[in-house]
Amino acid sequence: MLQAILDHYNYWIAIVLMMVGFYTVVARSNLIKKLVGLNIFQTSVFLLYISMGKVTGGTAPILDDRYTIYSNPIPHVLILTAIVVGVATTALGLSLVVRIRESYGTIEDNELDLMDGET
Amino acid sequence: MNVVLPHLPALQVVIPLIAAPLCLLAGRASLAWTIAFLASACATAAAAILAYQTLHHGPISYHMGGWAPPWGIEYAVDSANAFILLLVSGIATVVLLYCPSSVSKEIRAGREHMFYCMFILCLTGLLGIAITGDAFNVFVFLEISSLSSYALIAMGSQRKALTASFQYLIMGTIGATFFLIGVGLLYMITGTLNLADLQTRIPQIQDSRPLLAAFAFITVGLALKAALFPLHLWLPNAYAYAPSGVSAFMAATATKVSLYVLLRFTFTLFGAEFAFGELPLHWVLLVPAVIAMFAGSFSAIFQHDIKRMLAYSSVAQIGYITLAIALASQAGVQAAMLHMFNHGLMKAALFCALGCIFYRIGSTRIEDMAGLGRQMPWTFAAIVAGGLSLLGAPLTAGFISKWFLVQAALEQSLWWLVVLIVASSMLAVVYVWRLVEALYFKEPAAGRKNVREAPLSMLLPTLLLAAANIYFGLDTRLTVELTGNAAVLLMQGHM
Repeated sequence: MLQAILDHYNYWIAIVLMMVGFYTVVARSNLIKKLVGLNIFQTSVFLLYISMGKVTGGTAPILDDRYTIYSNPIPHVLILTAIVVGVATTALGLSLVVRIRESYGTIEDNELDLMDGET
Repeated sequence: MNVVLPHLPALQVVIPLIAAPLCLLAGRASLAWTIAFLASACATAAAAILAYQTLHHGPISYHMGGWAPPWGIEYAVDSANAFILLLVSGIATVVLLYCPSSVSKEIRAGREHMFYCMFILCLTGLLGIAITGDAFNVFVFLEISSLSSYALIAMGSQRKALTASFQYLIMGTIGATFFLIGVGLLYMITGTLNLADLQTRIPQIQDSRPLLAAFAFITVGLALKAALFPLHLWLPNAYAYAPSGVSAFMAATATKVSLYVLLRFTFTLFGAEFAFGELPLHWVLLVPAVIAMFAGSFSAIFQHDIKRMLAYSSVAQIGYITLAIALASQAGVQAAMLHMFNHGLMKAALFCALGCIFYRIGSTRIEDMAGLGRQMPWTFAAIVAGGLSLLGAPLTAGFISKWFLVQAALEQSLWWLVVLIVASSMLAVVYVWRLVEALYFKEPAAGRKNVREAPLSMLLPTLLLAAANIYFGLDTRLTVELTGNAAVLLMQGHM
């Protein structure tokens, strides 16, 4: 049992990060903290993809006669795209937070809810 | 023509994609609008030709950059997604016609070209989701459309637009990430991302647990993007506080595209046998759909802001579409596709008409609209046509889709479901009547005795959409043939 957990430790870390991030998004009322949580949540998926591309004993995918076993590059390339998407999301989210702060004077979700009267 | 035609599937997405940065570089509102409009019109023409080709010559497979699938990215067009492409690009073109006056009123001067840039980028994303035959590509386009729509919503004139956009950003990103996890798991067990290839490999691993997890992640992620009850919380504020043109465009297209992907993944990829036989997708979709029909309509009745009212009504209408999907039959899928199209028409018409009112009085609250129907007769006519279609009155597009939905339910002898569909339509009568009563039978407020019609550039597209609601209620050849074809393809599981 313990061995099974240790062998797949990267997947366990992915799951833990996923839950930590998800919990932060849901439970925190500070908008910046929500974005940090969202980032952790997305990062866990990056780890999941990178883990699945790894081949035991494999090297980086370089075209060279000396290497015959190498990692699957596709998940790594895919996740590069997802990282870019994550950066864009964070940038957009942060700029929204700046504008929310400018027009409301607060970035606490529970205070924002009360500020416009009818929701 | 022979140079262009074979590359139509690529051009469908590439033309608006290139137009987006051009809009930004244009700098001036009028020039940016011209570029956006031309790109959108080209996309519509491409979608129309593709729809014609798929109907008469069967599905088209386009290999991006000449790389053969499953290694390269394939764009696969058949009747099902050609229909969605036509809806999305058609609505975008009409809404863009409507935009110039409305945008110059609602968006700060000097930023209008950015609005068009985001709008056309959002169109790119939605078209891309529909046309691509690659699971990861769906995610990329999903995020392109989502990120641009967050920016579009934040451009709304009230400050509430900012919090609405932020809320949508959080929930939308969670939805898209769930989808990404699902696609990752699928790749892990099959080693392919091509949808057609996935379809042949999934039956061989029917019993594996990652497949179940992938299915769950993908369904929940798409349900979030499609605003299926109880994951709809982002929708009312997002639609209510977005600029008028954006509300009209998004309400008509964004959720439909997600529902299409749900249809494609459920029926074609995983197969109805797996989703509805081995897993209880029937009940997982049916119960929330019925709750959405009633909860959405009830909430709509009690809204003071009419844009919010229509947004809640969208939640209810998405309920009808999911209900049709949950029936898991050919008739059900056809009803779902039909209602996607017809609901797109009615919501676009209604949101455009509301935009006309907002243009004149700067408010969409029901108490501010009292008596306006007599001063803005054409706008009022559009609201009545859209409203009738919304509640499913005969001779309107809404009736056709309700009719197909009821038939699909009767096919499985689900009488109680028919009763529920009719009962929830009665709720729609209540909130549509509330609007009509305020507009026509109440006395206008003191300062609002001489409100004129909105400019023609806004009124004509609105009336065009309203007329489309009537037209597709009378002449159903195009919609019924295309959706019938699409339903057969989706159910048989052709890619």
